[in-house]
Amino acid sequence: MTQQVFAWLDERLDLSGLRAFVAEKTVPKHRHSVWYYMGGITLFLVGVQVATGILLLLYYRPSAGEAYESVQFIVSQVQFGWLIRNVHAWSANLLILMAFVHLFSTFFLRAYRKPRELTWVSGVLLLFIMLGFGFSGYLLPWNELAFFATKVGTGSAGAVPVVGDFIVRFLRGGDDVTGATLTRFYGIHVAILPAITTVLLGAHLLFIQRQGMSVPPSVEKREKAGEIIPQEPFFPNYVLHDVMWWYVALAVLAALSLFLPWELGTKADAFASVPAGIRPEWYFLAMFQTLKLIPSHVMGLEGEMLGVLGFSAAAGLLLVMPFLDRHAADGRPSKAITAAGILAVIYLVVFTIYGYLAA
Amino acid sequence: MSSHDAPNQPRRTFLDTLLGLGFTSTFISVLYPVWRYVIPPASAEPATDSVIAGKVTEFKPNSGAVLKFGTKPALLVRTSDGQFKAFSAVCTHLDCTVQYKSDTSQIWCPCHNGFYDLSGAVVSGPPPRPLENFQVNLRGEPGQEDVVISRT
Repeated sequence: MTQQVFAWLDERLDLSGLRAFVAEKTVPKHRHSVWYYMGGITLFLVGVQVATGILLLLYYRPSAGEAYESVQFIVSQVQFGWLIRNVHAWSANLLILMAFVHLFSTFFLRAYRKPRELTWVSGVLLLFIMLGFGFSGYLLPWNELAFFATKVGTGSAGAVPVVGDFIVRFLRGGDDVTGATLTRFYGIHVAILPAITTVLLGAHLLFIQRQGMSVPPSVEKREKAGEIIPQEPFFPNYVLHDVMWWYVALAVLAALSLFLPWELGTKADAFASVPAGIRPEWYFLAMFQTLKLIPSHVMGLEGEMLGVLGFSAAAGLLLVMPFLDRHAADGRPSKAITAAGILAVIYLVVFTIYGYLAA
Repeated sequence: MSSHDAPNQPRRTFLDTLLGLGFTSTFISVLYPVWRYVIPPASAEPATDSVIAGKVTEFKPNSGAVLKFGTKPALLVRTSDGQFKAFSAVCTHLDCTVQYKSDTSQIWCPCHNGFYDLSGAVVSGPPPRPLENFQVNLRGEPGQEDVVISRT
C-alpha cells in the first residue's frame, strides 16, 4: 500500500533524488553524539506546541472580558481541555529549556564554526522568537500574575534609550496593559511569531540537511589524522533514535501535565493591589533578578537602562558568535569564548535559582 | 549483515510488528483525547420553555416581531384582527430567520423565498415542514397584559 502510493508519487514527481538522499545520509557516531538529539527534541516540542495551540484556538477568546472565562471553560467544561492546556503550558517551558540545552551544546561543540554560521544565526533568532512566544503566551489566560508580570516586562523596555517609550506603547497597544494589550499579544502569539518561526525553522532545518551534522573539533582532528569516524545511517537508525527521545519527552510532558497541573489563578484586575512575590517565568528570572540588583544609578546612567543595554549587547554577541570565534574552523577554538560560555551558564543557573529564592 | 539472513527473519518481523504496534497505540492514545476535545461540550444554557415578549400595547395589529427565545429566535405576530400568534422563527429549510410580511399577511423567509401562512403551514417555496408553533397567553391586568410565549 505505502509502496504503491510512493510509486504513484514517484512516477509524477520523480522522488529519486529524495530517496537517494535519505538512503545515503549518515550521521557521525562519537562520544558527543548524544547532543545531536537535543535539537530533535526541541523540534518535537515545537510540533506539540503547534498542535495543542491550534486546539486551544477552538475555544479561546482573546478579549479582556472573555479570555479568563474561556480558559476556565477549556479546563473545566471541554473534554480533555485540562490536558491540552497543561501540555501546552508545560511543553512551552520544556521547549525553552531544551532550546537552551541545544544552544549551549552546539556552542561548546563549536558547531557554529564555518561553514555553519547561518545555522547558528537562525537558531539564535529562533531562541529569541521562542522567548517572545513565552512572553506573549503568558498573558493570554488574563490572570493576575500574568497581568502584572506583563506590566513589569513591557515596562522594562521603557529603559531603552530614545525609543524606549515607543517600544512600550507599541507592545502594550496603548499607555497601559489593557484589553488592547491582550488582543495585540494574541495576534503576535498566534500569527506573527508563527509566521516568522516557519521561515526561520525552515531555513534552520534546510541548512542542517544540506550540510549534515557537525563534528566537534576534537573528532575532526582525529578524522584529519586519518582515523575513520563510524557513521550511522540516518534512516531508519538515527530517525528511530530521535523518535525514542521524543517518547522520553512525551513521557515527561504527560507526567508533568498530570501531576503538576498549571494553575489558572484569579482573573486580572487592573485596580487590584499587586500580589506579593510577583515574578516572571523562570527563563526571564535571571534577567529579572539582575535588574533588581543593579543600583538605581551607575556612573550617571540609569541602572535599569544599563541592565537592558547589557542584555541587548549579550544577545548581539550571542548572535554573531561564529564571527567572533574565527579560528574555530581551523581547529583552534578560542579559550576565552569557552570560558565566557561556562561563565554564562553559571550566571544563568545561579541567578535563576537566586531569583526563585529571593521572591 | 546476518540480520538479513533467513534464520533471523521471524525475529525481525516480530520486532517490526512490535514497533508498529507501539506507534499505532501512541497514535490512538493521542488521537482519542483530541477527538473528544474538538467535540463541543453540551451548552451550559438551560432550554427555555417560556418568555415574556412585552405588553400587549407594544404590538400593533398586522405586525410581527422577532424575539429571543432561549438561544433561538421566535416570531410573534399580531394579526390584523388583534390576535397573537407565535412561531419558532427558524425556517425549516436551512435555518434562516423568518419575518412577518404585512402586505400579504404571510410569514416570509428571505433566504430562499419561502412563504408560510399564519398557522405556520408552508404556502410556497422550499421549506419542507411547517414552522414550529408556540403558544401565546396574555397575563395580567386587562389592557396591560404581558404577552407570554411558551413551548406547546
